[in-house]
Amino acid sequence: MIRDITIGQYYPANSILHRLDPRVKIVCTLLFLISLFLQKSILGYVVATLFLVIVIRESKVPFKFIVKGLKPIILLLLITVGFNLFLTDGPVVLVKFWIFRITDTGLETAVYMAIRLMYLIIGSSLMTFTTTPNELTDGIEKLLHPLNKIKVPVHEIAMMMSIALRFIPILLEETDKIMKAQIARGADLESGNIIQKAKSMIPILVPLFVSAFRRANDLAMAMESRCYRGGDGRTKMKPLVYKSRDRMAYAAMIVYMVLIVVIGRFVPFHIWIF
Amino acid sequence: MEMIQTEDLVFEYDKHDEEGNVIGKNTAIDGVNIDIEQGSFVAILGHNGSGKSTLAKHINAILVPSGGTMWVDGSDTKDPDKLWDVRQTAGMVFQNPDNQIIGTIVEEDVGFGPENLGVPTEDIWTRVEESLRSVGMLEYRHHSPNKLSGGQKQRVAIAGVIAMRPKCIVLDEPTAMLDPNGRREVLRTVEELRKKENVTVILITHYMEEVIDADKVCVMDSGHVVMEGTPREIFSRVDELKKYRLDVPQVTMLADELQSRGLDIPSGILRTEELVEALCQLD
Repeated sequence: MIRDITIGQYYPANSILHRLDPRVKIVCTLLFLISLFLQKSILGYVVATLFLVIVIRESKVPFKFIVKGLKPIILLLLITVGFNLFLTDGPVVLVKFWIFRITDTGLETAVYMAIRLMYLIIGSSLMTFTTTPNELTDGIEKLLHPLNKIKVPVHEIAMMMSIALRFIPILLEETDKIMKAQIARGADLESGNIIQKAKSMIPILVPLFVSAFRRANDLAMAMESRCYRGGDGRTKMKPLVYKSRDRMAYAAMIVYMVLIVVIGRFVPFHIWIF
Repeated sequence: MEMIQTEDLVFEYDKHDEEGNVIGKNTAIDGVNIDIEQGSFVAILGHNGSGKSTLAKHINAILVPSGGTMWVDGSDTKDPDKLWDVRQTAGMVFQNPDNQIIGTIVEEDVGFGPENLGVPTEDIWTRVEESLRSVGMLEYRHHSPNKLSGGQKQRVAIAGVIAMRPKCIVLDEPTAMLDPNGRREVLRTVEELRKKENVTVILITHYMEEVIDADKVCVMDSGHVVMEGTPREIFSRVDELKKYRLDVPQVTMLADELQSRGLDIPSGILRTEELVEALCQLD
């Protein structure tokens, strides 16, 4: 059950997208997310769809695998679509029953909202599918580096993230062990309602936290004994350097963004089927 | 030259009651004087709570003495300016293999120490490769540490220390959490390193079998060094060792029993072959 958590899931494959610098992927993902909100015309969505299709094909991540990632947001998607559909006022009422009315604007916003949300999830999960967690933290550290000037502990945050990632499997294993140990002592973790189940988690969480703190203490000592003293004066074993493919990716992204902005400005809002 | 030297080393820490008030002082190390030569292999023995791990943490300046002085390669560990020199000179391998590996990939973990020292990138790569080769883990360089066995993890930890080019390696019960295979693996690695790299090795343990190759053995009990000498000298004093709640290797025990029953064999026998030879030479 716990093993199903797939935050930052990585899909190993050998594609251009996998080999790109993590900074490129982070920046482009952000730009793509922004681009979804910059245009409201059908042409804009066509361009965004095309872009996404090309990127998905280049990433060599199977489409099925990507769609599976959409499952957890289906409920959220339905709620958003529902609200937009029934609660938006518009000039033409299409359907009317009891207190509900569906207007043309409502239908339009609902459909657009659904597409936007889906593209949002697909776009950002493409980044995690093609970037290992380590690369991701490295990229974030390098990107946020300027914030160091205003005393944001960027290096420390990145270090915390990478250590957390290293210890996730270890702590999962530990949880498993503790659960088994408590079940062997007669703990009942399965039956009862939600509150009872939550209460039965206490004998698992307490030892888990105790051991996590002990590990943290040990790890801090090990790091200090290996001369760790923060980010200052530290060199990198694998420094991030932009290569020509990274510059090309940036160029492609700029072309896409320009296209989206131009379409958003000059193509009128309503090229709509009605 | 002396690699490590202590003079009347004392370490005290506060005792707390349930509410966290200080109710007294515990003395973990009480007036220890030891000298460890460059390039030697010294074993420190003692049962739980004898102060041997506390002593180890002093060598790496994780703990600073509350009294007396400790010199590591000529630097006083109390001197804040020398702190990082001391830590680079004396690398440390801890007991729990999981809690000392920082990287998510083997080679990244080995590179962690040199990264902290500010070694240029190309040098880090050569150091990582050399150290992984010298512990025999080069083929695992792209693996995740979580998929390795305990012995392999400890070898990675040792590689991580070697990559910092220390003059001295302190191993704080490196085999306590390993199975017999893993223990053998780690000890063989340490032995090879000692021969090849001429580093000083300080092994802290309570397994007697691990110390028979040492140049010098120190036995600790309640904060004092109570016995000091070559393994042969130490193991010939079986009764004394028992007093400090330490087990003697089975062969030594057997030889001691035989000797006390009047058999004419030398004391301080460490290996099975020695006992066989001694027994064969009896009339």
